[in-house]
This record gives sequence, structure tokens and C-alpha cells, in this order.
Amino acid sequence: MNYIPNAEGDVKEMLGAIGIGTGDMEELFRIIPPALRPLSFNLPPGSSEFDVEKYLRGLGRKNLTELVYFIGGGFYDHYIPAALDAIVSRSEFYTAYTPYQPEASQGTLQAIYEYQSCICRLTGMEAANASLYDGGTALYEAAMMAIRITGRNKIIMDGGVNPIYRKMMYSYTSNLSIDFSEIPVSHGQSDRGMIDEYLDDSTAAVILQNPNFFGAIDDHSDISEKCHKAGALVIESVYPVSLGLLKTPGEMDADIAVGEGQSLGMPLSFGGPYLGFMAARKKFVRKMPGRIAGATTDGKGRVGYVLTLQTREQHIRREKATSNICSNQALCALRALVYMSLIGKQGFVELARICRDKAEYAGQKLGKIKGVEVKRSAPTFNEFTLKLPGSADKVIGKLLDKGIVAGFPLGRYYADMEDYLLVAVTEKRTEREITMFADALEEALWS
Amino acid sequence: MELIFRRSGPGKEGVRLPARDCPPAGAIDPRYTRTEAAELPGLSEPEVVRHFTRLSRMNFGVDSHFYPLGSCTMKYNPKFLEKIANLECFASLHPLQPQLVKGATLTQGALEVINGLERALCEISGMDEFTTHPMAGAHGELTGVMLIAAYHKSKGERRKYILIPDSGHGTNPASAAIAGYEVRSITTDENGVMDIAEFEKALDREAAGVMLTCPNTLGIFNPRIKEIADMAHEAGALMYYDGANLNAIMGKARPGDLGFDIVHLNIHKTFGTPHGGGGPGAGPVGVKEYLAPFLPVSRVIKGTDGAFALDYDRPFSIGYIAPFYGNFAVLLKAYVYILLLGGEGLRRVSEHAVLNANYLKSRLEHHYDIPYAENCMHEFVISAARQAERGVHAIDIAKALIDRGIHPPTVYFPLNVKEAIMIEPTETESRETLDRFIDVMIELAGLAEKDPAAFREFPKTAPVGRLDEVKAARDMDLCA
Repeated sequence: MNYIPNAEGDVKEMLGAIGIGTGDMEELFRIIPPALRPLSFNLPPGSSEFDVEKYLRGLGRKNLTELVYFIGGGFYDHYIPAALDAIVSRSEFYTAYTPYQPEASQGTLQAIYEYQSCICRLTGMEAANASLYDGGTALYEAAMMAIRITGRNKIIMDGGVNPIYRKMMYSYTSNLSIDFSEIPVSHGQSDRGMIDEYLDDSTAAVILQNPNFFGAIDDHSDISEKCHKAGALVIESVYPVSLGLLKTPGEMDADIAVGEGQSLGMPLSFGGPYLGFMAARKKFVRKMPGRIAGATTDGKGRVGYVLTLQTREQHIRREKATSNICSNQALCALRALVYMSLIGKQGFVELARICRDKAEYAGQKLGKIKGVEVKRSAPTFNEFTLKLPGSADKVIGKLLDKGIVAGFPLGRYYADMEDYLLVAVTEKRTEREITMFADALEEALWS
Repeated sequence: MELIFRRSGPGKEGVRLPARDCPPAGAIDPRYTRTEAAELPGLSEPEVVRHFTRLSRMNFGVDSHFYPLGSCTMKYNPKFLEKIANLECFASLHPLQPQLVKGATLTQGALEVINGLERALCEISGMDEFTTHPMAGAHGELTGVMLIAAYHKSKGERRKYILIPDSGHGTNPASAAIAGYEVRSITTDENGVMDIAEFEKALDREAAGVMLTCPNTLGIFNPRIKEIADMAHEAGALMYYDGANLNAIMGKARPGDLGFDIVHLNIHKTFGTPHGGGGPGAGPVGVKEYLAPFLPVSRVIKGTDGAFALDYDRPFSIGYIAPFYGNFAVLLKAYVYILLLGGEGLRRVSEHAVLNANYLKSRLEHHYDIPYAENCMHEFVISAARQAERGVHAIDIAKALIDRGIHPPTVYFPLNVKEAIMIEPTETESRETLDRFIDVMIELAGLAEKDPAAFREFPKTAPVGRLDEVKAARDMDLCA
């Protein structure tokens, strides 16, 4: 394939205009000495769309995708309305770039402003940025932001924070002198006593997650109060769909709210692209990483939108910037905005209810199986922990043969939890699929 | 345009949710619930579609406008890439699936895509191993600097500085700083490349690495690049290649052969994937063999039986830098792009990108100052210094271009050129488009002579005129 419009005649004339009379393209590269030419460049020849599609559909068939997902772990199988794909397929959106020239980018900029507004309304926070790469990098950026705001260097992390995010946090900070403590959850929820014990006047932030990785929900208002007394910030990582029902980070008096936005209209796509959202108190906005859109006016008083507070950013501040981030995940943020617009105010509450109702129903069904126990020390939203009478891996293997992904084995990230399975239920799971899951689990365990 | 919230009303719905085919659960203890529903928009589907369609028409994009934004490589995005990335067999795949027992066997196709792309990127860049995890160019830079730190640590050293020319992208020093390094900025010499004498002075045993773009942001290829790499290696520092400008040299030179140890590639620049209004992109990182043990977990490995698996047991790894395997859908599009074009096609991409840039440069050089006369590669920088004397600045020319249906080039970058206008046409623009751009630029140079005051009104045809950025930063109206 070839996306080059220059015809042979044009090429010759253009070379002539440059002063290359030989018509030899190679002349354009004469500054590269022969000794620096490629030692090899062995790539296969190009192909037609038809042939590439055939090859890739063949690869696609090696993925098992007709599965019924009861797996979540922070990444959920939600329905994506058709209108969403139609809107984001408009090339005026997807073939544009970062809106450096606001007059030529009002579409993108207003969409970012509306996205920021929706994130604030959803999380109960005052100011949001234009998005970050994913929930994990958003959490790391939030921790760095808290360190900048407080001038302190100790971070306390709840053991209920997604273990993958905790690993990411350690990777990013391994060359910095940050003092981390991890507090295991107690009876399903954040361990107040332990957090109290670790909280002191060098603590920059306490990082919490709601619902936590085990699915348990909590009200962290009391932790916020204690943190603020100690001069520390509270960072709350949240699952946006749960905010249809659950108490918001704002209501819990958190200082920074972050989360993975995949469930707001992003396909699972084997891990990305997703988006990380971030919102905070307005007084902290100058310490925030990433792009931020703001409203302003032109000379005639017409309202328009620009990227604002750019003096925080790398293209101006270089090594003194609040973050190295350049692009946001603009098209993913647009997806999230369109998703929230289509589902709507009432729909979002309803969606959260359906997810929870189905999860509760699944919990009841699964809990009736001999030897299976649903951990109920704390209330849950749409994900819960099952204790099995044996290895979770074994069960997962058996159910995969029936086309069911039973959940995520907690033993992978938590010691002594080999027998625990994390089960998620979204609005896409039907009563029939839940019954099928329960029957298959029973059979896997007892026949 | 009116905000989406203004059109909202109770009782409207955009989507009917799947049926609730099970009994309702009991209420949640109210101490765990929000007091009021979030004030999200409430609209019917046709209203949502119309709102966003109208918004889209307030944007310039590559499909509708020439977009010569320097250093961003705004090339055409083949439609076929979107088609493949949307295939259910890839789009519906849960990322935790391969971590389950037998899981890798269920995702062989996706793992093969990652492996295939890694192999292709190695051959294109001359590196030995690639990780697909970094989710953007700047994210790749951060990963690269973390690799530099891990390497020195493994030798029991802790070095202090990263050396970066003053023409480098702002992300370079920012990435070095957040990874824990101090930055030494090196000046540019009269030929538009890093000053070697200054470099030599700054290069000592405390230098951990050197971050370079080649060709650099002035569009100039440094023929002494290998010499610089040898000097850096002699001092024990690693060479980092910022791949933002790879579109200039595919098949003509490879960072790995030029002496670089680590590279990141901007998938959304060189490999045809859309920029999305500012992401998502992807910034895979390649390294020489001796740095491979430090790459992030996980790694896709190919067993002796030909089956792919994920390896998490990497004791020297810098750890997790992404939750999974990177922006997979973007990576898949890049793989498709490489398969479509093949080696010869990629070589042609660079030839025509460089041809188009040189053609523009040669036609504009009598009308604008060109600070570095050297033959350029895929992009070049002109200066509006001459026009600025008449009161017409780079930004004024940018706004005038908007009225003429052309997205402005990058302005005021690189920082070492006054009134910089950085132009990158890419290979996917026709000579007709380039000629029109030349005509417009010449017209504007003339207008700057004749009637500089006219520029103050531009843009006139956009949905808004010049916006008050000071007011935006002062009022901080960031959400409705």
C-alpha cells in the first residue's frame, strides 16, 4: 500500500526545484555518511488490505473471545452504545492533534471542558484535568502531586489499592527518596488503627481505593478527617461506574480523586488505550499534571476554550514542569464524555443499580454451592470475593473449557489467597449466564 | 457553542440499558451512598449526536486540512487501521485473560501481534529488544531514563546528570527530572546541531545519559552523531534516541547503528495511527541486548514450540510501567501499517517526507529567514524575525493561516530560534497542497510588508477570534 500522492513527474520537478538535477532521491540523504547507513533493513514486502486482513483475522481466531466474562479487577466488560463509535469515528476528532491553536480546535477543547465538567460532577470534586494515560499512572501522578503540595515524602497505601497500581507506583519512584508504607485491609475495609499508627507529620498522602480491589465498599470520611489534622492529603482511587450509587471522593472530603476510565465506553482491547482521570480541590490545580482546558472569551466577548495554566507544563517549564506528560488521552476522554452523555444522569444511576443487583444475585447463587463462601465482612458493589474449597486456578481452568471466565485468582497478587476468586458482574451478564456459571462451578468442584 | 448540559432535561434518555432480569437487591447502607445523582447530561441520542457532530466541525483535522505541525508528523491515517483495531476478536479481549491458568493459550493472536510488532520495530530501528508498554512518547522517555538508572545501579553507580541539547523537546528534560536526574542543557552550534565542545565539557563521570533527537528539531541530521555516541560511551554514559523524528530516516539510517543504546518511537507520528486530538498514542522503547534484562514486566516470549507466553519473572526489570502491554489497539494499528507498507514502502515514506520538506524550504527561503541553511530532513524551521520587525510575529502568521484553511505549523519551538515556525509537511501531502501553502506563505510575507496591522484581526473565519489566555489562567473556569 502507498499513501504518497506525488506522481513521478512531480518528484522530478520538485527535486529540480531543490537543486537536485539527477532526479535521484538518494541525494536528499547525502548528509548521512556511508558508514552510518543501515546494517540491515530486512522487512517483508508490503501487502494489500485484503491480504493483511486475512492474516490478522487468522491471528484473531487464535484469541478466544466468545467468553462470558466474570472477570474485572479494575477493568470491566460494559456495553458500548453504537452512537459512541459513530461519534468518535468522525475524523475531525480523531485526525486532529493537541489543540495548540485554539481557534482551529474548539471542537476538541469544548469536549475536554465538558469532559472535565462531567468528571467533577461524577466525583464531587472541583477541578479535573484533560486525562492521563491510565488509572495506574494517574495514581502515581496523584502521589507526586501530593508530595509537591505538602513538601513531605511519606506515602501510606491501603492494601486494597489495585496491586498492579501499587507495583507501578514502586517502579516509578524507585530512584526517588519516598517512604512507602502498605496497610493490609482489615475485615475487608481500610484498617483505621494501622493507618493512624503510620500517619505522622511527614506523611504527604494516604492512598485509598473505593470499592477496594476485593470489591468492598467503604466510607473514608473519618480517615480524611484524621489525615487533614495531620496535614496529609487523601487520594481516592475510584471505579467511575460505581459512582452512580456510591459516596463520592468529594463527599468523603478527599483531596485528589483518580481512577481508570476504561469502563466509561472504552473497549477492553487487551489493555488499552484507556484513560486515567484526575480531579482535585481547585486550590491544588496549579500543582496538577497534564493538560487542562479552561473557558475564556475572544475580543468580541464570545466564549471559547483554551489549554490553560500551561506554565506548569514541560513544553514551557522543561525540567521544572509538574510532570513530563505531553499528550493526554484526548480521544478516550471524548469517548468517556460521549458515554456519560448517552447514558445520562438517570441512566448512570440505573446502570450502577443493575450492575449491583446482578452481582448480588450472582453472590447469592454462588454462595449456595457447597464449600463456597461469599466474603461479606463489608458491603460490595459489583465485584466480590469468593472463598473456594480449593485452588482458584483449578476452577478457572475448568470453567474456561466451558467458555466462562470465572474471575481473577487473588493468589496471583496476595500471599495465602490461592483459594480466593474475585468475581465481577456487569449489566451485560444475564440471569441465564449467572445460573450457567453457578452450575458450572458446582460441577467443577463436586463432580 | 452551547454546552451539552444546557440542553439536558429530565426524562430524556440516550440509551436503553440491558434488561434487569434478576430481582433487585436490598438498598446499600446510606452512609456508603451519594446523596444526589451526578448532574450528567440528560439527552436523547439524536441530540447527543448532533451536539458532537457540530463540535467536530469546529476542528481542523488531517482529513480536512493541511496540518504541517512540526515535530508532530501529522500524516494521513489509513482507514484500514481503524477497521482492524475494531475487530471484535481484538477489541473485546480482557487484558487479565493471559494471566489466568492456560490464559496465554487463549490470547495467542494478540501476543503474536505484540511479538510481530516488536520484531519489526527492532529491524526498523536497529535495536535488539523492544517493549510495547509505554503509552505515549513522553512515557517512553520516562521508561528510557528509568532504564538508564537501572543500568548504572547494576554497576553500583549512581550518576547525577542527563545531557540534553537546548533544541530538544520539552519532554526530554521533564522526563529526566521526574526520574530523579538533574539536567545539563547543551547549546546549539552555528550548524544547528549540538555544540560538540560544549558537550565535551559537560560530559563527565557523573553523566548518566545523553538524550538526542536525530534529525533534531531543526530537521538537521548530525553527521558526527557516531562520534558523539563514542564519546558518551567512553565516559560511561548511555545514548538515548528520541524517536519523534524517525519519519525522516526509515531505511536510510537506524538509531541502533548510529550508536544509540535506547530509543523510543512515537507510533502515532511515524506509523500512521491517528493523533486523536492529543492521544492516545504509543511510545514503545527499544534497547540493545545488554539492557534487555531491565525492560519492564511482562515480556512476550516465544517458546520452542512456537507458542507465545508472558514472562513475569524478570529479576532485573524496572518493574511495571503500565498495567498491561501498552496501548494495544494503537500498537495493532502500527503493525497493520508496517504490514501494508513493507520495508520498501517505509523507505519511500521517508524519501517523500524529506522531499516535501526540502521542496517547501527551497521555495520559502527567499521570503522568510532560514536560521540554518543546511539541507533539512523531514522538517525545517523558518523564522519570522524579518516580519517581526514590521510587527508581525510568528503567532500572527499562524492565525492568518487558519483563515486560509491551513492548520498552523508549530510556533515558538524550538526555543533556540527567535520567532520560530517549524514546518513538517509529511509524505502524504500532494505537490498541489504544498504549492498552495507556499503561495499563502508568500502572500502573508507580502502582507506583512504592506499592511502589518491587518494581521491583528486574524483569524476572522474561525468560530472564535483570538482568545484571552491571560483571562483563562486568571479566572480558572475549568468546569461547568
